[in-house]
Amino acid sequence: MISVKNLVKKYANITALDNLNVDINDNEIFGLVGPNGAGKTTLIHILATLIKPTSGTAVVNGYDITRSPSKVRSSIGIVFQAPSSDDMLTGYENLKLHSFLYSVPSNIREERISEVLDLVGLTDRKEHQVKKYSGGMRRRLEIARGLLHKPDVIFLDEPTLGLDPRSREIMWKYIERLVREEKISIILTTHYMDEADFLCDRIGIIDKGRIIALDTPSELKANLGSEIIKLVPTINDGKNSESITLLNGKNYYGIVEELLGKFDFVKNVEMDDHENETLVIYVKNARQNLPTILRELDNNGIKISSVDFKSPTLNDVFLKYAGRDITTIEDHAEGGFVERYAQYGKK
Amino acid sequence: MLNTGKSESNLIESELGKLYAIWLREFKVFLREKSRLIASTFTPLLWLFVVGAGFGSTAGNLDTINFAGGNSSGISGIDYQKFIFPGIVGMSVIFSSVFFGSYVIWDRKFDFLKSVMVAPISRTTIFVGKAFGGMTNSLLQAAILLVIGLLIGVNYNTISILSIIAIILLLSFGLTSLGLILGSFIESLEGFQLIVSFVVFPLYFLSGALFPLKNLPFWLSILTTLDPATYGVDALRSAMLGITGKYPFGTDIAILFLSVISIGVVGIFSFRRMKAI
Repeated sequence: MISVKNLVKKYANITALDNLNVDINDNEIFGLVGPNGAGKTTLIHILATLIKPTSGTAVVNGYDITRSPSKVRSSIGIVFQAPSSDDMLTGYENLKLHSFLYSVPSNIREERISEVLDLVGLTDRKEHQVKKYSGGMRRRLEIARGLLHKPDVIFLDEPTLGLDPRSREIMWKYIERLVREEKISIILTTHYMDEADFLCDRIGIIDKGRIIALDTPSELKANLGSEIIKLVPTINDGKNSESITLLNGKNYYGIVEELLGKFDFVKNVEMDDHENETLVIYVKNARQNLPTILRELDNNGIKISSVDFKSPTLNDVFLKYAGRDITTIEDHAEGGFVERYAQYGKK
Repeated sequence: MLNTGKSESNLIESELGKLYAIWLREFKVFLREKSRLIASTFTPLLWLFVVGAGFGSTAGNLDTINFAGGNSSGISGIDYQKFIFPGIVGMSVIFSSVFFGSYVIWDRKFDFLKSVMVAPISRTTIFVGKAFGGMTNSLLQAAILLVIGLLIGVNYNTISILSIIAIILLLSFGLTSLGLILGSFIESLEGFQLIVSFVVFPLYFLSGALFPLKNLPFWLSILTTLDPATYGVDALRSAMLGITGKYPFGTDIAILFLSVISIGVVGIFSFRRMKAI
C-alpha cells in the first residue's frame, strides 16, 4: 500500500525527516504519533505530493510520489490539520467542487455526494454555508470531501485537534464507521495518545524525523512491562527528617532496586524524571503483586507514603522510546473567519 | 479510485469540468460577497460624478480643451464627464482585476488553495479557471457602470456593446493574470496591497483614463505607451463614444491582445512554480 524508503526532508536549518522508513499495509488504521514538530505533517505532505523530499522516495498505491504525483493524488484523500473548505460555499457546494476536481463521473456524482454527507452525518446541514459550521462539522465535511472519489487511502492530519471532548468522540465514531463501511486504509497523525490507542491498528512513534517504535498499541504497551506502580517511600528509622533527605539520592534507589529485583514479576525500577522522590516500578499484574512489594519494602524499613498504580498508556511508551514526555501542546484556535484571521496575523 | 482507464477525450472533458468548477467557485463567492461588489462599484461612481462633474464644470469653461480630439473625428462638444466615462470603466476593470489576485493569498491562508493543489488538477487549469473567475467579476462590475453610463448620455448599439464586452474581457484577462502572478508569490495581504498600489495606480493614471493622450510631454507619452491599459481604455473610448482615440481601433486591439497573452503565459508559469504549501 504505502512504502516509504529512506525519506529525508531538510529545510534550511532543520532536518524534518531523517532517513525515515516505514511500510503501511492495506486496510489498516495506521497512527503516526509524536509531539508537534516530530515530522508527522511533513511526512503526510510528502506522501500527498504537496512537497518534494530532499532524498529518498515512497510508493503510494503503486505509484512513486516523485515520478507520478498526479496518479498518487487521484488515489488518495487527505484531510488537513486546519479545515480547508471554502467558508462562503455550502457544504454541498464544496463537495460538488471537489467531485469535479477529482473527476467523479457525472452520472454518479450526486449519489456519491449524498453517500459521503450521510456517512459524516451532515446531510441536514448540506445547504448551509460552511462558515456557519462548528469546528467538528468542518472536520467531518473535510473527511467527506476526502472520501468523494473513493480513494484507496485517506490521510487524516490531526483529525481532532482543537475539538472539544464530545466532538472528538463523535469524530472517532465516524472514523471507525469509515473503516467499516468504506474499507480503506487510514493514516492518521495525532499527538493525542488516547486517540491513537483507541483508533489505530498499528502505531509508528515518530520523534525528530525518525520512527522510533512501530507496533500495535497493545504490543507497545506490553513491551513496557504490563503495569506501572509509582510510590513515594520514606524510611522509618526512628530518627528525624534528615534521613529522609538522604533517601532521595541514588543510594536509596539502589536499595529498592535490590530488594525488588529478586521478584520475577518486577521488570524494572526507575526514578521518576520529574519528581525525584518518586519511584517507578514496572511490574506484571500489579493488582496481585502490589501487597508483596509493599510488604517487602516495609520489612526492610522502607515506609511508603503514597502509592499509585496504572496500566501503561502510549504516553508511557513515548516516554520510554523518546526519553522524554510528550510535551503539552497548545491547540490551535479553531472557528470562524475572525479567529482564523487573527491567527493569520500571527504567522 | 472511481476513474481509471480513461480515454483521451474523457481526460479533456474532465479537465474542462475542473476548469468549470474553479470558475464557478469564484463566481459564487463573488455573488455572495455583496460588500465587495458595493465597495468596488462605489469608487468609480465617485470618480465619474464627483471628479467628472466637478472638473468637467471647470474644463467646460476652457474652450481650448477639446477632449474628443475633435480635429480628426469632427466630433466636438463631448463633455469631460462623458470623456472620462470609458476611462472610469477601464479603472473599474483595472482595480477589480488586479485586486482579484489577492484572493489567492486568502485561499492560501485558509488552506483552500492547498486542498485544490492536492487534487489531480493541473496548475494551468487552476490559473485559467481563476482568471476566468476574475474576468467574470470585472465584467459584471463594469456592466453596472455601463448601465449608469446611459444616465450621462452614453448610447450603445449591438456592435458597440459586443466590442465593449470583448475589450473588457481582454483587458481583465491580462490584469487578472497580473494580479494572480503577484498573488502567487506575495505571502501577506499587506504586502499585496503595498505592491499593488505601485502597480494599479500607475496603470490607471497612465492609461489616459482621465486626460487625452495627445499633446502630452514626451516623458509622459512614453510612459502611457508602455501601459497596456492605455490600449484598453483607448479602445473603450472608440467603442463607446464613436470617436477615434489616439490609435486606430484595430491597433488598440492587436497590442492589447499581444500584451494580455504574454502576461497570461507568465501567469501560467508563475502558477506552475508556485509552492503548494
